[in-house]
Amino acid sequence: MAEVIFFIAAIVVIAGAVGTVSLRNPFYSVLALVCHLLGLAALFLLLRAEFIAAAQVVVYAGAVMVLYMFVVAYVGGDRRALAAPVSGRLKALSALFAGALFVELCIAMIGSTVGVLDSEGTGFFRAFGTPQEIGRLLLTDFLLAFELASILLLIAAVGAVVLARRRSGTEMAGDLSVADVLRGTHGTRTPAELETQAEAAGPARR
Amino acid sequence: MSITWYLVVSTIVFAIGAGGVLVRRNPLVILLCIELMLNAANLSLVAFARAHGNQDGQIFALIVMVVAACEVAVGLGLIVALFRQRLPIDVDELRELQG
Repeated sequence: MAEVIFFIAAIVVIAGAVGTVSLRNPFYSVLALVCHLLGLAALFLLLRAEFIAAAQVVVYAGAVMVLYMFVVAYVGGDRRALAAPVSGRLKALSALFAGALFVELCIAMIGSTVGVLDSEGTGFFRAFGTPQEIGRLLLTDFLLAFELASILLLIAAVGAVVLARRRSGTEMAGDLSVADVLRGTHGTRTPAELETQAEAAGPARR
Repeated sequence: MSITWYLVVSTIVFAIGAGGVLVRRNPLVILLCIELMLNAANLSLVAFARAHGNQDGQIFALIVMVVAACEVAVGLGLIVALFRQRLPIDVDELRELQG
């Protein structure tokens, strides 16, 4: 039974990965990656990593992919990136590189003389990978890594807001910075552009 | 199922992701390919954790997921900033650091 589930999940994982790379429309790429992540969660369950599988589905397939969806929908109108084809030589070189990387990784990981790899794994106990065990480890042995991860998330959230904020927005005198005036960008925007930016920024502040 | 099968799947996915980073020109898709590679690394970490009966590898995989989420947030912020500046969303044309 485990074999059947493994092969189904592995096929979903690899097909999702191929779809992510090969589909022309970024929107479909994101959908293929969601399939890939769901298959990967099944593999994690087979490896007795319940908490990782749940976090994978909730955090990745749920939150992060929705973020991707919104950005693809926001940026998606750009047809030039879709239309421009990649040259055949680059494709062949990339495939060659990927194949070489595959062979090298196989030699490194599977060719190594780690005896346990041919078995189903050792030292399995009943609570392996459950939320209780993961939580206990995170709050005892790996407390520093846990706290650092939370600080990293905070920094990334603030950084993303700073990066994606509206730069030189409307024509309001109060909103223009000196740098914008020096660059001379404030006078060159068309009404349509201003409308788009106002829409992106939400209703005007009073 | 022997652990080697999981490692083979992980290796295949990693190679696909690395090839995708080289082939594609849309930064959104390149971010997705980086996600593929991080997930392949996660799968091998969890597989090794299972092989040795030690849960530390699973904690490692969780931290990798946190770092991947941070990378996605910052990368998507950069893409939105590019879009606002009316720059082309194409890595071959973005050669200058000065926006």
